[in-house]
Amino acid sequence: MPDLLTVKNLKIVATSYPPGEPPKTVTLVDNVSFSVEKGKVLGLIGESGAGKSTIGLSALAYGRGGASIVSGEVLLNGKDILKLGRGGIRSVRGCKVCYVAQSAAAAFNPAHRLGEQVIEASLRHGIMSRQDAEKRALYLFRVLGLPNPETFGERYPHQVSGGQLQRAMTAMALCPNPELIVFDEPTTALDVTTQIDVLAAIKHAIEETHTAALYITHDLAVVAQISDDIMVLRHGKMVEYGSTKQIIEAPTQDYTRALVSVRQTKRDEAADQSNKLLNIENVSAGYGNGFKVLHNVTMHLPKGQTLAIVGESGSGKSTLARVITGLLPPSEGRITFDGKQLPPALSGRSKEELRRVQMIYQMADTAMNPRQTVRDIIGRPITFYYGVHGAKKTERVKELLDQIELGDRFLDRYPAELSGGQKQRVAIARALAAKPELILCDEPTSALDPLVAEGILNLLLKLQEETAVSYVFITHDIAIVRAIADSVAVMHRGKLVRFGPKSKVLSPPFDDYTDLLLKSVPEMEIGWLEKVLVTRRMESAGN
Amino acid sequence: MAALGPENGPAPTSETLAAGTTQPQAAAVAGSGVIATMNTGLVDAGFWRRFVRRRPMAALILQRLGLSVGLLFAVSLMIFGGVEALPGDFATTYLGQSATPQAVENIRKDLGLDRPVTERYFSWLGHALQGDFGTSWASRNSVSEQIGKRLGNSLFLAFFAALISVPLAICLGMLAVQFRNRLPDKIINVVSLAAISLPEFFVGYILIVFFAVKWGVATFPATVYDSMGFMERLSAIALPVATLVLVVLAHMMRMTRAAILNVMSSAYVETAELKGLGAFRIIARHAAPNAVAPVINVVALNLAYLVVGVVVVEVVFVYPGMGQYMVDAVTVRDMPVVQACGLIFAAFYIFLNMAADILAIMANPRLRHPR
Repeated sequence: MPDLLTVKNLKIVATSYPPGEPPKTVTLVDNVSFSVEKGKVLGLIGESGAGKSTIGLSALAYGRGGASIVSGEVLLNGKDILKLGRGGIRSVRGCKVCYVAQSAAAAFNPAHRLGEQVIEASLRHGIMSRQDAEKRALYLFRVLGLPNPETFGERYPHQVSGGQLQRAMTAMALCPNPELIVFDEPTTALDVTTQIDVLAAIKHAIEETHTAALYITHDLAVVAQISDDIMVLRHGKMVEYGSTKQIIEAPTQDYTRALVSVRQTKRDEAADQSNKLLNIENVSAGYGNGFKVLHNVTMHLPKGQTLAIVGESGSGKSTLARVITGLLPPSEGRITFDGKQLPPALSGRSKEELRRVQMIYQMADTAMNPRQTVRDIIGRPITFYYGVHGAKKTERVKELLDQIELGDRFLDRYPAELSGGQKQRVAIARALAAKPELILCDEPTSALDPLVAEGILNLLLKLQEETAVSYVFITHDIAIVRAIADSVAVMHRGKLVRFGPKSKVLSPPFDDYTDLLLKSVPEMEIGWLEKVLVTRRMESAGN
Repeated sequence: MAALGPENGPAPTSETLAAGTTQPQAAAVAGSGVIATMNTGLVDAGFWRRFVRRRPMAALILQRLGLSVGLLFAVSLMIFGGVEALPGDFATTYLGQSATPQAVENIRKDLGLDRPVTERYFSWLGHALQGDFGTSWASRNSVSEQIGKRLGNSLFLAFFAALISVPLAICLGMLAVQFRNRLPDKIINVVSLAAISLPEFFVGYILIVFFAVKWGVATFPATVYDSMGFMERLSAIALPVATLVLVVLAHMMRMTRAAILNVMSSAYVETAELKGLGAFRIIARHAAPNAVAPVINVVALNLAYLVVGVVVVEVVFVYPGMGQYMVDAVTVRDMPVVQACGLIFAAFYIFLNMAADILAIMANPRLRHPR
């Protein structure tokens, strides 16, 4: 059987214009070849900057942000779509090849109803009549398990949830009956419990419609559930290409092995958890209009240990961090730090109280002033809390740079000249500069690639050993909790579901929510998704 | 309120009126104190909060309406105060150099200028609310009657200028986006920029020289009379309309272009492109609806200018509109006329900005269809 899509020796470059320098040409994708058969799924996997999305979009002859395909062929049914004119390319896009974006929330037009957008491509390409398109949209809404499929199309994008939007986007791609769909990280922005539903819906829909697919993701465990073949990419080059079974079970390249076996960090919990550094008692909090986000939350953190707060978006975990820092005074309850009650509001706290609690954010990018050098960023808290200036301050900054394993040469760099992992390290150094006793880490690794994240986690653990600092570690990732926590708090819709030492919280008997949460985390095992779905079906049949 | 007014309310408003470029939000901020007190004073707070949650759009529109009314009061106060603060008065101007104190006193008494300021303000405001702006001191005619005719002429001119310039500007803006950074875009930009850079009297005289004097295809002066028919009027105002179109076109065109270009880099436009849609459909259907709010604002500002700021064009073309009437009145210190014109101009300005705000609110699907 001839291949549906064949990509040969693809090379894609982009030209960037750094201020004050001559234009630079960057190679995004270099000499990549692969093919997809009808009805099969190829997974493209790699870290950010690996060129996965760029390759995916080349199947629609599209270059994002100035990227252009300089050589190679993209053959769809034997015909090179790169050689088609503007009109020819337009007749491929949205007709033969469709695209599902990472953030459906941004990819839907806020001004039009979902139904209109879902059937638009089918109508504009003259594939079907409005009546047929609406019928097909209804069918797809049903297949994808959307609530009230009859009226779902009348809603506007802001009226439905993120998981529903992602499924609607899949319906939009499936509607014109394309031969190939490019899924670009379709579940990355979703919570795990939502991800599993969307993943199951996508898998079901692909099987139902016999569409071929390119599935792009950075999560090997996810792609193992859905694809027939996998291609591993790094820095725009192919690392390894083979069947899913071979890649997962017998990878031949070191890089692939590293990806498969990531999360080796493991630590046993501390035995003694009696000495309370931070004590949160019956805290409730909310934002204006009497809208409550936290309901009566109680937990504590022993000195020199790590408390992991785990939950999905909207569970109130970041709000709890804001309450601890004093950014959001609680409406009820109190917070004790080292035996003394902390004033509820930031403005009421002394400099010393502020110094002892520091924070690290998810987006190191936005948490740093882009016009300050690393020296200024790390030096600021040294001057602010300790009044140290000049050579002494530089000395201390260098010391901190050593601690975070970066070194002197980073002193005069700007945030824009750092990679994502380096930025997060600088943010950690900034927190350390105050010599705090507690650092609140709000998803510090969730925007990073797995190998880089691993490095950051190891650094945090090393620092804890050296300085006996305590962490409140907010995350949605159970694997991280397993790796670093001493005690765990599971949060759901602003309420504390479960709290205790790691070994107790993460072992049965479970409550319903923790059970669902733990079961939804994809495992690096072929057939895991089916297994989970079967148990679920049996459970719901049993009930 | 009388004490508060001159300090915070009207200050930004005068700037808005004069410059005609400040965003309407500046004016809204000025009046927010007024509306805040009105909200809590007139309706029970709990009811209002529930209303905001259930009908967010209706609540916002009500708020804008209240703001506009409050703002108009503040402006009325400022106009009255400003006119009061002008050096010299009607009596001295009217009688000229040889005025005896007695004669000046007589005229003042005659016009009621001997009464205290607050009393005169409230009686003026009370009458103005009923549509009676008093009698002109200079001509002894009813101000309302005279203004009615002049206002009709001004609106006639503004209406046709807007009818041509607004759709033209938006189409040119979309065209510029479709050909961005290519020749048509550059031509549109340069020509419209040249038109906005030239003073309007210069554009006016150039048009007169070529179209009226050299080629004789248009009429000059553009004076209209009661006896004229509709078509005659149209041909009379052709040149002033053309001048105004050239003056306001660039501003609206460039704003449309910028607003749409801003939206063009969004993810949903990429989605539209990856659906294989045509360039014009992407701009018109996917980009334009999301660029409406800024475009409406700049259109409203320009419409306001067409009514309020056309004095120069009216003078150049000898067109009997409001602007000329007001300038004449100022030179002879004919206060009732100045006050009436000022208040009507302010009302137009505020009304158009309010309309723009409300339209922008209605263009937002999140407010139109709450969850």
